[in-house]
Amino acid sequence: MVYEILNQSELSAYYTIDKKAGKRPEIIAGKYDYLDSDKITETLLEFTDDDLQIVNLYIPHIHCSSCIWVLENLSKLNANVMASQVNFPKKTVRITYKKQQFSLKELVVLLSSIGYEPYISLDNSEVKYNHKDHTLLIKLAVAGFAFGNIMFLSFPEYFEVSEHWLNQYKSFFRYIMLVFSVPVILYAAQDYFVSAYKGLKNKILNIDVPIALGMLVLFLRSAYEIITHTGQGFLDSLSGLVFFLLLGKFFQQKTYSFLSFERDYKSYFPIAVTRLIAGKEEGVAIHEIKKGNVLLIRNEELIPVDCLLLKGNANIDYSFVTGESDPVTKKIKDKLFAGGKQTAGVIEVEVLKSMSQSYLTQLWSNDAFQINKQDKLETITNKVSQYFTVVILSITFLTAVYWYFTDVSKIVNAVTAVLIVACPCAFALSAPFTLGNVIRILGKQKMYLKNTGVIESLSKITTVVFDKTGTLTQSQKSEIVYEGKQLSAQQMSYVKSILRGSNHPLSRIIYDTLNVPVFSVTHFEEKVGSGLLGEVRNETVKLGSASFVNTTTVIKNETAVYVQISGLNFGKFVVKNKYRIGIKKVFDSLYRQGCDIVILSGDNEGEKSYLQSITPSNTQLVFKKKPAEKLEFIKALQQKGKKVLMVGDGLNDAGALAQSNVGIAIAENVNVFSPACDAIIDASTFVYLPNLLKITKQSNVIIISSFIFSFLYNIIGLYFAITGNLSPIIAAILMPISSISIVVFVTIATSFLKFSNK
Amino acid sequence: MGVIYILIAVSIFVAVSFFIAFVYAVKTGQFEDSYTPSVRMLFEDEIVIKKTKTNK
Repeated sequence: MVYEILNQSELSAYYTIDKKAGKRPEIIAGKYDYLDSDKITETLLEFTDDDLQIVNLYIPHIHCSSCIWVLENLSKLNANVMASQVNFPKKTVRITYKKQQFSLKELVVLLSSIGYEPYISLDNSEVKYNHKDHTLLIKLAVAGFAFGNIMFLSFPEYFEVSEHWLNQYKSFFRYIMLVFSVPVILYAAQDYFVSAYKGLKNKILNIDVPIALGMLVLFLRSAYEIITHTGQGFLDSLSGLVFFLLLGKFFQQKTYSFLSFERDYKSYFPIAVTRLIAGKEEGVAIHEIKKGNVLLIRNEELIPVDCLLLKGNANIDYSFVTGESDPVTKKIKDKLFAGGKQTAGVIEVEVLKSMSQSYLTQLWSNDAFQINKQDKLETITNKVSQYFTVVILSITFLTAVYWYFTDVSKIVNAVTAVLIVACPCAFALSAPFTLGNVIRILGKQKMYLKNTGVIESLSKITTVVFDKTGTLTQSQKSEIVYEGKQLSAQQMSYVKSILRGSNHPLSRIIYDTLNVPVFSVTHFEEKVGSGLLGEVRNETVKLGSASFVNTTTVIKNETAVYVQISGLNFGKFVVKNKYRIGIKKVFDSLYRQGCDIVILSGDNEGEKSYLQSITPSNTQLVFKKKPAEKLEFIKALQQKGKKVLMVGDGLNDAGALAQSNVGIAIAENVNVFSPACDAIIDASTFVYLPNLLKITKQSNVIIISSFIFSFLYNIIGLYFAITGNLSPIIAAILMPISSISIVVFVTIATSFLKFSNK
Repeated sequence: MGVIYILIAVSIFVAVSFFIAFVYAVKTGQFEDSYTPSVRMLFEDEIVIKKTKTNK
């Protein structure tokens, strides 16, 4: 169908570009009916007037250059689309269309039919499109601009030979430099003053205190020298310093704009559902659902609020919320919790609680979601700088005392020189460049960290907690094992033939594993919640739960499909979670690194003995934990002084991920969804988790050694400063050399990390 | 040597205009997506070729 649409519009070249472009369309009729409601579409649109509407849609399936091509040629597919522009890194497309003949719903359906189904969730409607914050880039530009121009203007004086023409223009040059430096100190450097002030207010001597002090002294002394015509000042060093510091900040600010680390339940929930009023269907925004409303939930739709089942076969998959992998069958008048996904046709439900009061959403009111982990973090730079600042201030004081007794006239000169030289520029650059580089290296290995603070937190981890379903096991493939009396090839065919008629997930899995021909089936019947029944070549075949085939040998905590042919019980297909390859290795090397391992599962204890066999002996195994209990469990560990790394996947781990010191989400496909966390790693790199911890520890070593490096520069500079001989040219040479050599050092050291961990 | 004042003034004027151009570029979002335009440029050619082929 995709081909037809494209071919009609002469866009068949699409297929010559990439054979596997896009995703197979799966359209469920009526899915987008809610977009007919103006109230709902209004929250999604970026702009609207009488003729035009502009919408910015998030399309997770954008993944290659062909996608850009097709989406930007939408106007050829439908004349009402006026323009479309793709933002590839963000995976969004901004579409302008004529409102009169076209609607948002038609647009979404068109996109879905060519395989680019937009993802519309509650999140879209609440957060309006916000532009990236560019102030840092502009500050960097200001500093760089001033740095270049001041350098250029102060160059003649470096080689001062009292030439006539130079003396004539000297003060003119100096005043221009002073003018350039004003925006640097007032605008570009303002973050450092703000941060130093905040630090002092909270009685913390952070790294920005000596930096701000150094910059202030640099500026004031230079301004004084220039105005009194006593010297050229250090404005070149000042602007260079600010430029390098901001460059470090900019480098550290690596973000993965296609990933979101802040998702909560809102990005999972649909923006609207179908409400039934007097038998009429109507799209309604989730916020407007009230107690007592009757909702229509279609197959594969999420239940948005806690409610009561009124009509239909409910087979609810709660894997989202609890981690329990098997769907639960519910009877009429049973309570259904928000977050479950209906898997067996259409149901009607009555709302019990509004969205904000539902069981699942209440988890987000927990304190763990309010705390910003970054604030709690004590960075290695700030730790060292506390001592550093004290040392610098005492050296300054001693210098003042020394010159007071030897030559009072030089006291101001020497003291300001000490503060200028001590300004820990190279020191402040070590961490941003090291950590920024490590983030890039990890990003290439499909491990995406939220920010550099995560690296420092990771290096301190003592306990690693794993979720089971979806984290240790693969979320898609389940392993099928047949137990019982051997089935002949023909009998296997019977089983497969029966399974063919069923859409139950278990049926699909078993069907795929049987490699035999199928026969035609008569009298086929699917009994929801119990099993399948049918006749193949005059033999009655029953497949289903233990009670359905009247078996007595039921093993608890096991997911199995029993087989009965012509009244005879043969055996059962046991569905086992398939564990990721190499997890034993992961456990072993984490154990060797001295980490405690905990397995925290929402699932039953069915696999306890297997897990025990692959984990180190001191591993704690905890089962049947609800999302809120997982959070409490992590909290309890932290109260014992442990630094906890939580590795999870689903919404059921969201609480634990937020509470832990570092929360890592595992994703089969990083472009699809993962709960709020500090890092997202691709499932294929799961086995490298111990390497991740190792790299973070090594990066700390690099930072510390570059600290030592930068202190050496400070000592050299201090020698000139204390003796009162700091000339602008020495400052102008020492400062960039120290900064650049530190940057080169950490870059080489971190790229060495990369190779040793491949 | 008064020309030096003019030269300096001109050079600063040029530098400042480039700076303003950069700030304008940042503010209008030209740095928000640095990947897509590079691909888009290639496809603009492709479509022209395609059209001439179908016309023949």
